[in-house]
Amino acid sequence: MSSEPLSVDILTSPHVKRPMSTNAIMRNVAVALAPVALFSIFAFGLSALLLLSVATISCVLTEWAVCRLSGKPNTVGDYSAAVTGLLLGLTLPPSFPLWMVAVGGAISIGLGKALFGGLGYNTFNPALVGRAFLQAAFPVAVTTWTPPFVQGRFLACIPSTLAFPFLKPTPVAEYIAAANIDAFTGATPLNLEGVTRLADPLDLFMGMTSGSTGETCAVLILLCGGYLLVRNMLDWRIPAGVLGSVFALSGVLHLINADTYPGPLFMVFSGGLMLGAIFMATDMVTSPTTALGVWIFSILIGVITVVIRLKGSLPEGVMYAILLANAVTPLIETWTQPRVFGTTKKASSTS
Amino acid sequence: MSGGTDDTLSFLILNTLLVNNFVLAQFLGICPFIGVSNKIETASRMGVAVIFVMLVSSALAYGINIVLVAADAEYLRLIAYIAVIASTVQLVEMFIKKTSPALFKALGIYLPLITTNCAVLGVAKLQTSEGYSFIQCIVFALGSGLGFTLALVIMAGIRQKLDLADVPGLAKGTAIILMIAGVLSMAFMGFAGLGS
Repeated sequence: MSSEPLSVDILTSPHVKRPMSTNAIMRNVAVALAPVALFSIFAFGLSALLLLSVATISCVLTEWAVCRLSGKPNTVGDYSAAVTGLLLGLTLPPSFPLWMVAVGGAISIGLGKALFGGLGYNTFNPALVGRAFLQAAFPVAVTTWTPPFVQGRFLACIPSTLAFPFLKPTPVAEYIAAANIDAFTGATPLNLEGVTRLADPLDLFMGMTSGSTGETCAVLILLCGGYLLVRNMLDWRIPAGVLGSVFALSGVLHLINADTYPGPLFMVFSGGLMLGAIFMATDMVTSPTTALGVWIFSILIGVITVVIRLKGSLPEGVMYAILLANAVTPLIETWTQPRVFGTTKKASSTS
Repeated sequence: MSGGTDDTLSFLILNTLLVNNFVLAQFLGICPFIGVSNKIETASRMGVAVIFVMLVSSALAYGINIVLVAADAEYLRLIAYIAVIASTVQLVEMFIKKTSPALFKALGIYLPLITTNCAVLGVAKLQTSEGYSFIQCIVFALGSGLGFTLALVIMAGIRQKLDLADVPGLAKGTAIILMIAGVLSMAFMGFAGLGS
């Protein structure tokens, strides 16, 4: 023992460290989301800009109203509602009618967060609660996809964007026909896979496909996630576990039967997986706190995603996978509690 | 009931456990779902009790149905099923009272109320209307019970965490539980079409 150097850092006072506040974390998440949002506006034009703005404004307004009604201090300033709104907007297709976006934002904050007692108590990711609600309420609008990089996208909206509340939105078929893009086929690549196999992983990687507003460009999402990782505001285990398990499971299935199951690269870069794995599953409130728990949580998301995508009737399962994993997070935390030092395991688990 | 369906057993398990979860997709058995979901331990034991009752009543209901069909007295089905379920619950109640008085106390009124748990009657009624074979009935009952337990335990986990939360006054108590159940139900919608 004497030959070992003493591994103790000796520091002099003052030992002041700036604590990480909710405000700072959420501001950084917002900063990290900004490039994704800007790319989506670049790809889908005015409609995406309006969509993201309405989602954010709706969430912030709901947060403000809820705080006012319940007599709590105003929490709009901590940016969490804005981040929720931005995330909600990024998961919706660009042609989504704005009034539905506003409803979704109100549901996200109202049902997803405020009723649970505000930030820090919510069991489910608020943005995904809103998204799941919209998927259940407006199944057609939420699966209507329009092509990216349409001529004149900055001058005019996609016709269904400005639909009047409670009226049938203008069909986008004409808009898609007018866009007349060679490779465009009218559906998210996930819908097509297995039938035509148009999507090239490289296109998916660079964001040259249709899809929800913010999920198309995988490389950008990865870079933004990297920024959060460097700032130590992201648990690397979660994206690693989610993407790794999706890659592994779909890889095995692809090896077994390459005709029915798409390749692992396609699975990882398509749909909302990247956005979900990096920005939604990593939500600090709704993911487990123990290291083992985080692995279980993230692998569960990956497995459910693959199962829903390949075996279910819905094309995309990331949202549901994260919500389900959120739901079992309290259980995972209960079961993976580390042993308190000096006690025997399972000494007094219940009173 | 000789016609039967050709649902495979794995499909039945998957279907009753996730896709058509009794609590979260078919909205059966909401009363114990709200009543005994306050602690994980109680919830899981309640789940085991319900699984047992479902298995026994499903097997008995299968036999009774054959007798009733033979006697041309199908109109007695409902009352016969209820009698079977009630007596099974009595059995479970006596067993739990004897072996674990603490659990008996924790389950309280909800234990005898398994009798009126529509999920249990639902299993018996559904297996008859679907015309399942005996093995299918047992698997169906097992899947339903497991699905019920799954929903109950997930809810119990969320509620234990929620004990510390500052839930606004208007949502306290049953209201927030029902709303969580709604969100859970939306999450389970993701399983739609699985296995078919």
